[in-house]
Amino acid sequence: MAPSQDRSQGRTGGIVSGGEVAPATVTGNRALQIEEPLIFELGQPGRTGVDLPEPPKVKDRLNGLRRSGEIGLPGLSEPQVVQHYTRLSQKNYAIDMGVYPLGSCTMKHNPRLNEKVARFAGIGDLHPLQPVSTVQGALELIDRLAHWLKTLTGMPAVAMSPAAGAHGEMCGMMAIAAALEAKGERAQRRTVLAPESAHGTNPATAAALGFTVKPIPANERGRVDLAALKAALGPDVAAIMLTNPNTCGLFESEIIEISKAVHAAGAYFYCDGANFNAIVGRVRPGDLGVDCMHINLHKTFSTPHGGGGPGAGPVVLSAALAPYAPYPWIVKNGDAWTVAEDGAKVDGQPLGRLKAFHGQMGMFTRALSYIMSHGADGLKQAAEDAVLSANYVMASLKDVMTPAFEGPCMHEALFDDSFLKDTGVSTLDFAKAMIDEGYHPMTMYFPLVVHGAMLIEPTESQAKEDLDLFITALRALAEKAKSGTAAEEFKAAPRYAPRRRLDETLAARKPVLRWRPSNSFKQAAE
Amino acid sequence: MRYLPLTDADRREMLAVVGAKSVDELFRDVPQSARLGAKVAGLPDHLGELEVERAFLDLAAKNVSPSQAPFFIGAGAYRHHVPASVDYMIQRGEFLTSYTPYQPEITQGTLQYLFEFQTQVTLLTGMEVANASMYDGSTGAAEAVLMANRVTRRHKALISGGLHPQYRRIIETTAKWEGYSAVVGKTDVEGLEDLIASIDKETSCVVVQNPSFFGHVRDFGKLADACHEAGALLIVVVTEVVSLGLLKPPGEMGADIVVCEGQSIGNGLGFGGPYVGLFATKEKYMRQMPGRLVGETVDADGKRGFVLTLSTREQHIRREKATSNICTNAGLCALAFTVHLTLLGEAGLKRLAELNHAKASELADRIETVPGVKLVNQSFFNEFTVRLPKPAAPVVEALAAKRILAGVPVSRLLPEDPSVENLLLLAATETATEAGMAPLIAGLKEVL
Repeated sequence: MAPSQDRSQGRTGGIVSGGEVAPATVTGNRALQIEEPLIFELGQPGRTGVDLPEPPKVKDRLNGLRRSGEIGLPGLSEPQVVQHYTRLSQKNYAIDMGVYPLGSCTMKHNPRLNEKVARFAGIGDLHPLQPVSTVQGALELIDRLAHWLKTLTGMPAVAMSPAAGAHGEMCGMMAIAAALEAKGERAQRRTVLAPESAHGTNPATAAALGFTVKPIPANERGRVDLAALKAALGPDVAAIMLTNPNTCGLFESEIIEISKAVHAAGAYFYCDGANFNAIVGRVRPGDLGVDCMHINLHKTFSTPHGGGGPGAGPVVLSAALAPYAPYPWIVKNGDAWTVAEDGAKVDGQPLGRLKAFHGQMGMFTRALSYIMSHGADGLKQAAEDAVLSANYVMASLKDVMTPAFEGPCMHEALFDDSFLKDTGVSTLDFAKAMIDEGYHPMTMYFPLVVHGAMLIEPTESQAKEDLDLFITALRALAEKAKSGTAAEEFKAAPRYAPRRRLDETLAARKPVLRWRPSNSFKQAAE
Repeated sequence: MRYLPLTDADRREMLAVVGAKSVDELFRDVPQSARLGAKVAGLPDHLGELEVERAFLDLAAKNVSPSQAPFFIGAGAYRHHVPASVDYMIQRGEFLTSYTPYQPEITQGTLQYLFEFQTQVTLLTGMEVANASMYDGSTGAAEAVLMANRVTRRHKALISGGLHPQYRRIIETTAKWEGYSAVVGKTDVEGLEDLIASIDKETSCVVVQNPSFFGHVRDFGKLADACHEAGALLIVVVTEVVSLGLLKPPGEMGADIVVCEGQSIGNGLGFGGPYVGLFATKEKYMRQMPGRLVGETVDADGKRGFVLTLSTREQHIRREKATSNICTNAGLCALAFTVHLTLLGEAGLKRLAELNHAKASELADRIETVPGVKLVNQSFFNEFTVRLPKPAAPVVEALAAKRILAGVPVSRLLPEDPSVENLLLLAATETATEAGMAPLIAGLKEVL
């Protein structure tokens, strides 16, 4: 199946052969892996990384509240700062380095063009409260992205301000609460249904808003059990929160029946749009009966994940929920753009405000740049390539690993750990062994409905040759695990990463969340 | 398409391995009625880099860049100089294109800088522990109130009339939909508000801002004592984090939770986001904090390393019992913050803060020379309020027409309060120059 992936260029031998232990170095460094102290251990009084002019002497107007004593910040020169963070950066895996198949996170290529345009003078440096006459282009930019999002989803409205997917969930569920309140049904409809496979944010959001969360089981095909859903629907149900494609990487084939049943019961359909990348350009959620859906711009539209943020989570809304969208939003009056902010007289009953200013503009700019670069044709192609790549990985591994469900998947391939049964190797061990092969592991142990889940999302960004090498590596690992003799080796992984396995229990039992002079780590002092 | 590596030949080979005739077969679970035959109608096709750049340059040309105009706008977002190495560092692919450090062995870079960030935040705020950041200051403030409600098992927050109006609205929105009460003090233009008498046995927390939205610098020591006596928490919000280089930190005033907007350090104005929220508290409340936490530990070889920790508070473990639904932080903005603050160091931050105060003092002195303009503040850091002889909004528009970005009319943020109609909020940072102040003063004289 896969062509030869011998990249050894004819050389033989590895970095450490047999049981040989690599000798220690004086510095503790290992070539490009450089041990790096904390900034607090590097600084010296009198050093600085900035040159600022001497402040003129002025009469102090601080109401007698001048800080006394030292803050405790270390002093470093600019070269030290650059070296410090460069060394730290080299301890990270990243999309820029290779396959990052973290399921449900859509680790696709982050084009640098997006970074460039986001930094243009007149875009990246605008103040959110400049007079609207001086930010007409910025408002137009937001509206242009809003137009794409509405058109791609087939929804009439979008709330742009939520700061991340989970924040978008909060926005959408508040809009549902507001719509229920307007109908006089908020006190009565206190239940939110969510499949067992849902992201943890779904129940957390619903519970924060005072709803009781009722789990809906999956059927043997990994989809929502329609009969169980219908049985759970009633006059107490406010909404269903459903991810589609779902967290098992499957399209909910009975989605139309689900939305009809939900609406017939007087409830709303919240769609978690985390997996929109699988269907963008091919399916419009509006055609599925969705009432609101957040879009993670860092997933589908490639704004950088940045080590865990910042995100952006615009929420598209149906006509039924649009009147409750929070402040602010962009309005066009003739040729001029303006922004409806708190207190503006508007049609509808805005649910309030969720974030200062106008939303994650920097993310809007990057997402729009990505969208314009792809166009309607490229977005559809990207979704198709993402789905094809996931199916290719699944098909190439199905004889050595165990797919959790039959049939084609969407953008991610879900395996369970039954192929590891009685091998002494766990999903965690398998993932850690991938690190030594130069890969970021897949998502582990999620969704919860599958035992020892391994969720692989290759995205559309990987060349076939790179997928083939990845597949070759995973096949070899699976076969090695199944040989039944390699458990120790797996337990010891990773060996070649900047750190071996970390003691997470110790971290939680005795939390050290900050550096203090007294707890400065005496590394291998003895 | 430049971002898509698969060729048609690749696709054919891959489909053969999958055992599908066409990609359409892979979408067979999509109900027939929802399948789009062709691409989505009414949207343009893909563009080259050059065309995309041009489109954004056209949009940029319709805005007035603060770099091209005298600039004195603050009100929760501040224009500071960001050193070149900060922006370089956050664009390194190993930081930019990495994700949440779920696999600590290969994300020590992110984990270590977040641990350093947490430490810097505790030092600045004078608190014991800090998390790995929030979306921004405004959402962080609402999360702080929710945390205080959890800690005290009470449901009434008392909100200062000196809190940024948008922050206040976010707290009110959360209160309405999450089911607690938010009692808001009268708009505190003069900085004389006393909330002590309003605290009662149901109060979960008091939320104040320092310097206040109107710029006043205040000591909340007595308020903290009153809170603690009543079993409530004091939450101090700081929207201009550079002020902490010069001012007594909230921790020394007795604050229980401190929330800052961290944008001023390392992060550009960006038309309002993304920014970075700083969130710090006392050690005893650590397990009630929202957001991610990074902790120190050791690896299998005994080497120091860092991991995400105390995640049993979080949604992916606790689901409906989580302390918050938050599952991201502001990673890259936190990196910008921590790199900039590391460059500044102790001496640099203090000098930067002194410069800001000096520039604002100079602006205040000069603005008082404009006939009819009255400085409201006795105290301020780098931002203050002035009362104009007429409504501020049209004055700001008239100055904008002269390409002077003069400040924020308070009425924009408090449209429901007629008493603020003539108030203008002005900020001056280290970026303010004589070449900018002179046209502002001249422009004001002309327009008033």
